[in-house]
Amino acid sequence: MTIAWASFTPISAFLGGCLIGLAAMLLMMFQGRIMGVSGIIGGLFGTASSAEHGWRLAFLLGAVAGPIMWQVITKAPIIWQAVASGPQFYIAAFLVGLGTAIGSGCTSGHGICGLARFSPRSLIAVMAFMTSAVATVAIGNYI
Amino acid sequence: MTRLITALIIGSIFGAGLAIAGMLNPSKVVGFLDIFGDWDPSLAFVMGGGILVNAIGHRFVMKRKAPIQCGAFSIPTSTNIDKPLVIGSVIFGVGWGLAGLCPGPVVASLFLNGQAMLPFFGLMIAGLLVGRIVMRRLV
Repeated sequence: MTIAWASFTPISAFLGGCLIGLAAMLLMMFQGRIMGVSGIIGGLFGTASSAEHGWRLAFLLGAVAGPIMWQVITKAPIIWQAVASGPQFYIAAFLVGLGTAIGSGCTSGHGICGLARFSPRSLIAVMAFMTSAVATVAIGNYI
Repeated sequence: MTRLITALIIGSIFGAGLAIAGMLNPSKVVGFLDIFGDWDPSLAFVMGGGILVNAIGHRFVMKRKAPIQCGAFSIPTSTNIDKPLVIGSVIFGVGWGLAGLCPGPVVASLFLNGQAMLPFFGLMIAGLLVGRIVMRRLV
């Protein structure tokens, strides 16, 4: 293992992380909800009331708009380098949806929200998806 | 209406946070997951910042009787560590590792990179709906 010092960005990572945490706190304060993106999307396909659909759509729309506003303010393009294409990309998409539905959460719901309120279920979920993600990358790169 | 406006603002704080943190770049995410190679620990700082702010904030929010804009807090109460939790999370991790994308950044890059992200978003929702059917069979 070596550290990739050239791409290591602890300050912007920490500040961005703080904003993500702030958003999670505000969603709980105003709407009383866990900020889990897979759950927020999933709730759009239920039998919930239109008020339930409303805040979910508004949150997702905001999540789309946030990076655009940041790009307009800073005039710096947001870097996007793909690591997968073709079948691997599409299988990944399906597995992300499948896994978060069965495991009841993703990086935001289990990671940022669950760990912050010391949920044992979220701790297990985070350890499980971190381990399998690290193993997947290792298998792809070195085997 | 005010509920929608606050949700929109909170969503945009989340999206901007992801962009600033570098989470929208799949290559950077995989750089973090690649602990046996040239490891970029940045994402640990994203998680650290997010958990720190939310852990303090959550305690402060829980002092309220109810949220500002709706009747009651809706927080999962289950502490049961079951097979779906572990198996589902393992499946999610495989998908995350394959493309460097998890649901938040997928949504946040829908407009920035629609050509790649719209099909990903669509298939992710298909997976979500299939996962829900699987869950119903299991429970």
